[in-house]
Amino acid sequence: MKQNLKTALKHPLSFLLRIFILLSAAITMGVLLYIIIFIVAKGAPHLSLDLFAWEYTSDNVSMMPAIINTLIMTGLSLVIAVPFGIFAAIYLVEYAKRGSKLVKVIRMTAETLSGIPSIIYGLFGLLFFATYLHWGYSMWSGALTLVIMILPLVIRTTEEALIAVPDMYREASFGLGAGKLRTIFRIILPAAVPGILSGVILSIGRIVGETAALIYTSGTVAQTATDLTKSGRTLAVHMYSLSREGLHMDEAYATALVLLILVVLINAISDGIAKKVSKV
Amino acid sequence: MKHLKEQIMKVIFFIAACTSVLAVALICIFLFANGLPAMGKIGLGKFLTGVIWKPSNNIFGILPMIMGSIYVTAGAIIIGVPIGLCTAVFMAHYCPKKIYGICKAAVNLMAGVPSVVYGFFGLVCIVPLMQDLTGHDGSTMLTASILLGIMILPTIVSVCEAAIRSVPTPYYEGALALGATKERSIFLTVIPAAKSGIVAGIVLGIGRAIGETMAVVMVAGNQARMPKGITRGVRTLTSNIVLEMGYAADLHREALIATGVVLFVFILLINLCVAALKRQDAK
Repeated sequence: MKQNLKTALKHPLSFLLRIFILLSAAITMGVLLYIIIFIVAKGAPHLSLDLFAWEYTSDNVSMMPAIINTLIMTGLSLVIAVPFGIFAAIYLVEYAKRGSKLVKVIRMTAETLSGIPSIIYGLFGLLFFATYLHWGYSMWSGALTLVIMILPLVIRTTEEALIAVPDMYREASFGLGAGKLRTIFRIILPAAVPGILSGVILSIGRIVGETAALIYTSGTVAQTATDLTKSGRTLAVHMYSLSREGLHMDEAYATALVLLILVVLINAISDGIAKKVSKV
Repeated sequence: MKHLKEQIMKVIFFIAACTSVLAVALICIFLFANGLPAMGKIGLGKFLTGVIWKPSNNIFGILPMIMGSIYVTAGAIIIGVPIGLCTAVFMAHYCPKKIYGICKAAVNLMAGVPSVVYGFFGLVCIVPLMQDLTGHDGSTMLTASILLGIMILPTIVSVCEAAIRSVPTPYYEGALALGATKERSIFLTVIPAAKSGIVAGIVLGIGRAIGETMAVVMVAGNQARMPKGITRGVRTLTSNIVLEMGYAADLHREALIATGVVLFVFILLINLCVAALKRQDAK
């Protein structure tokens, strides 16, 4: 302690910096903790079975239809985006010649896509899928908008995972006489699974939490979408509508809690899988 | 046969890789084709520098929203960057191994919290707080800046931490061995060496802040007039689109799409900056 004080007096700037560093970390963690406690404390008392009724009515603003819509939306977007993303990353890492102009263009566009805010995706989805292709407000419009949105994320994480696989693996596989395709699917992809998975889970998180890209593509109808050409709001959009109307604030707290629980679960699952796979 | 399969898969991989190019092309074409005519009709100068936005009178000036976006983003950066950078330093150099896992999970969780939840938190927690502080409406530029500052933290922390960690340890150890304190070693050798990654993190944060929609709509007040100070309400480019797109028609709708075009151009410029920075760094 005495020693600490002595160094502090000798190097006041270092001491101040250290305090600021610790303070910053405390603020970051504290804010998150506060948000969680706040929403749990306010939301938990209002969670009731009624909120999970199958039907949405203006009296009982059930979130069940929105939850089902969210699941459909997530599934639909992932089924399209994940194969595309992984294949694109495979091309970029395993096939493309280094320094080729085309690869530069692809990288640049992927980077551009990842920087585009979700409202722009929403606007594009409205203009292209909903208006130009005449799909209207529908699950398809929403899902395809989300596909474009999460594609760069899947590409980038997969790319990183593939690059992280040591070249030795490739050389050994080629040395044993395996073809390029076999090497990719049997050796490289399995080794890259944790990285790819983390990207996929991150994408799920983005889909579940997305609002701005969906309001004007999949619309805000509060019922379960029985058909992919119908409009249906996801949980995040549901929550936005509730807090905007301001009539059902208690239910909005409860919905926020459910959204938060979902996100925590998604994170926990991703961590768990990544750890398990990396151990094997 | 085997050779054929390899060739076919190569083509499939190639097509998949081209989807991102196609997507960007489509986004550009549709945004510009729908937005530029409105700019022409209104007049580019009038549209970009007009200070009045009154769709009912066919007056479309988006300068208030441009300024709103810039101010709110600047506020978020001022609040978020120092805290985020220092948290990253903490994670890389101070954090005891035992709690590192928890800290990392917390930052990841923070990145995963949906913006609408942040917005809701801002609405029911920060807005009333601001109301007490300012004595009038709590939906202000400052509220939005604080909320966005919180929202960009995980981006800045994780990118900066990665950048700091990628600096070779001899840099840090060398500085220590020369008698510098831990803080001095970090801030004068490690951070300058990690500069490019840190700048990338900050720029990503700017992108996230300027493009954030739902959280800002919920806490910023959304008055379509020139920003009048940090304790007054503002409207950003993003909120302008999301607030009015639902009922807009004709020129109003086109003007909103044109607002999206302006936002898009902003984002493209930010991207160009990142690319230029990276290139400079590589040299």
